[in-house]
Amino acid sequence: MTVFLHLFDNPWIGIAAGTGALMGFVTVNALWLIWLERKVSARMQRRYGPTEVGPFGLLQTVADMLKLIGKELITPDHVHRPLYLIAPVLVFAPLVALLSLLPIDADWVFHDFDIALVLLLAFSGLNVIGIFAAGWGSNNKYALLGAVRAVAQNISYEIPLLLAVIPIVLMTRSLSLHEIASAQAYPFILVQPLAFIIYFISATAETNRAPFDIPEAESELIAGFHTEYSGMRFGAFFLAEFTNMVIVCAVATILFLGGWKGPLLPGWLWFFIKVYGLIVVMMIFRWTFPRLRFDQLMTFAWAILVPLALVNLLVTIVVLKL
Amino acid sequence: MTPLAPSMQLVPDEQDSETYYLNMGPQHPSTHGVLRLRLHLEGERILGVEPVIGYGHRAHEKMAENRDYLQFLPNTSRIDYLSGMIYNLGYCQAIEKAMQIEVPERAEYIRIICGEMNRISSHLLWFGTYLLDLGGFTPFLYAFDDREKILDILDSVTGSRLTYSYGRFGGVCMDVDDTFLRAVADFCDYFAKRIEEYHKLVTHNVIFRHRTKGVGVMGADLELDYAVTGPCLRAAGVARDVRKDEPYGIYERFDFDVVTAEGGDCLARHMVRMGEMEQSLKIIGQAVRNIPDGPVMAAKVPKRIRPPEGEHYFACESGRGHFGMYFRSDGTDVPVRMKLRTPSFVHVSTMPVVLPGTMLADTVAILGSIDIVIPEIDR
Repeated sequence: MTVFLHLFDNPWIGIAAGTGALMGFVTVNALWLIWLERKVSARMQRRYGPTEVGPFGLLQTVADMLKLIGKELITPDHVHRPLYLIAPVLVFAPLVALLSLLPIDADWVFHDFDIALVLLLAFSGLNVIGIFAAGWGSNNKYALLGAVRAVAQNISYEIPLLLAVIPIVLMTRSLSLHEIASAQAYPFILVQPLAFIIYFISATAETNRAPFDIPEAESELIAGFHTEYSGMRFGAFFLAEFTNMVIVCAVATILFLGGWKGPLLPGWLWFFIKVYGLIVVMMIFRWTFPRLRFDQLMTFAWAILVPLALVNLLVTIVVLKL
Repeated sequence: MTPLAPSMQLVPDEQDSETYYLNMGPQHPSTHGVLRLRLHLEGERILGVEPVIGYGHRAHEKMAENRDYLQFLPNTSRIDYLSGMIYNLGYCQAIEKAMQIEVPERAEYIRIICGEMNRISSHLLWFGTYLLDLGGFTPFLYAFDDREKILDILDSVTGSRLTYSYGRFGGVCMDVDDTFLRAVADFCDYFAKRIEEYHKLVTHNVIFRHRTKGVGVMGADLELDYAVTGPCLRAAGVARDVRKDEPYGIYERFDFDVVTAEGGDCLARHMVRMGEMEQSLKIIGQAVRNIPDGPVMAAKVPKRIRPPEGEHYFACESGRGHFGMYFRSDGTDVPVRMKLRTPSFVHVSTMPVVLPGTMLADTVAILGSIDIVIPEIDR
């Protein structure tokens, strides 16, 4: 056994193993989240959801994933091949990298950067490029419309998101996720409730979830930017959505809910309880609200969220200075 | 008179790179079937719309000319499969009116009950799919759950869930029993509470109101010019309802209101349909209380259905509006011409006037709100 552990001293093997572990987490996590989503929606809609495959239908999503993997990857003739092929990777890869930054427990974090928060916000902006590449490269009007919407939406909502995070940084004087979480004697949501609400709304929009799912609004745009994708390429977008949910909810947990802190249970368990709790709230949003219209969505970001976040930031600065 | 919408340029202008054409349908999730809209777009803004119909054409009118009156009966509930009962009974009433057949009291009451149940199920389906168009999935399943109860009740007496063919010239084909009446009464009690829940879940939802208020305004002038009827017309504040204006069957005996709303926008149309479901419950309640005993078929119905020579017209209020049947008889048992005036066809013709200037997302909201049924457009 120890012989094998020495293998990890080699940086390449270490990276490969770490990536493998992250990919494993991403896949298992997405499978379980999709199952959870179906169960939550079923409960809200007086249905059972998946019940047949495995206990409580847990293996249903595994079966679905196998089906996706088994499907033919169709590349339509009219697409811009390089962009079309790289887009799923571009959407997916930054998110996997981001997972390694999250402190799951007091002494359990893959990479503890001083500026992890900046890196995280920057990387989560990257997947817009992938979405736009998908929409543009597909050479399909629905996909292009979806991509244009996605870009406009993500850029608009990044601003209130950022503005909601800055008060926390000011309070802790740190950009390290680990230090921010450690600095919370009590969860920051108690002192920054407005920032939390703004962050959470913006995060829902960032992940393109209902009621902000207009880039893939199926009643208008068929499937939006991933209309032309099939098989596991579509699966990559799907995985990315659910991974993104985990990341934004994990950041919310770290910044506002005290990270791994909690009584009795081990830290990592608390962390996951909080993350998945937030995710369930997101799911309840999705199955409760209809979809906003595109211009209303932008108005909401620029006319309501940004001013609110600015006021919140100002108040925080004034209070901190006093 | 509202000017007709200018017809759209059929070949896209190659020089113009700012605008583009988008085909919505015939395979598109929110066109509810095989309607195709050619949209001329500038970004998300709509410059022009051309509905392309005919994908679901089944030649009902032509079929009527090739068979006798009774053989056409099963067709009627397939023209608009959501108001199948109303169309079916309407056709029976049209023939009865032409041939002056007396319908027994009990059959008239059964027709009222089944017709109004059908109207509720039609509006419920509209409610569910409309919210689906707006991106809310949950109300859809709630509505279908309730609609299923209606279908079960109607199934218990007619034997089918959608295409009933329950009416006969001179009555209805089967009598109802007390179990049916009790089930209907129970459903009315249950559903009155559900409507309140729907209002809480949907009508008062801030996003829903944002999406529908002031969207797709169709003024009373435009609607009257285009002969829009039914809930869409009443949403513009015009209290027209065939059941009140030219009562057929025994509708004049019932106490109900013609629901109207102000504004003529999508929200108003929603409110009218919700209100109409309540009124239908009121009608059903009265019918169940007062239904007499007796036969359900007229004693003397001619073996050969031969309406007197000449033109005949009969109108009834379907879930979507004024459904008219005009037929010309030459005294034989096959009509010379059968013209079906269907509301969806009229309503979709307003789209080139209403849609330009709105956003793409509004297209879905407006098209959904006028409640079209595709086979009814292409009859």
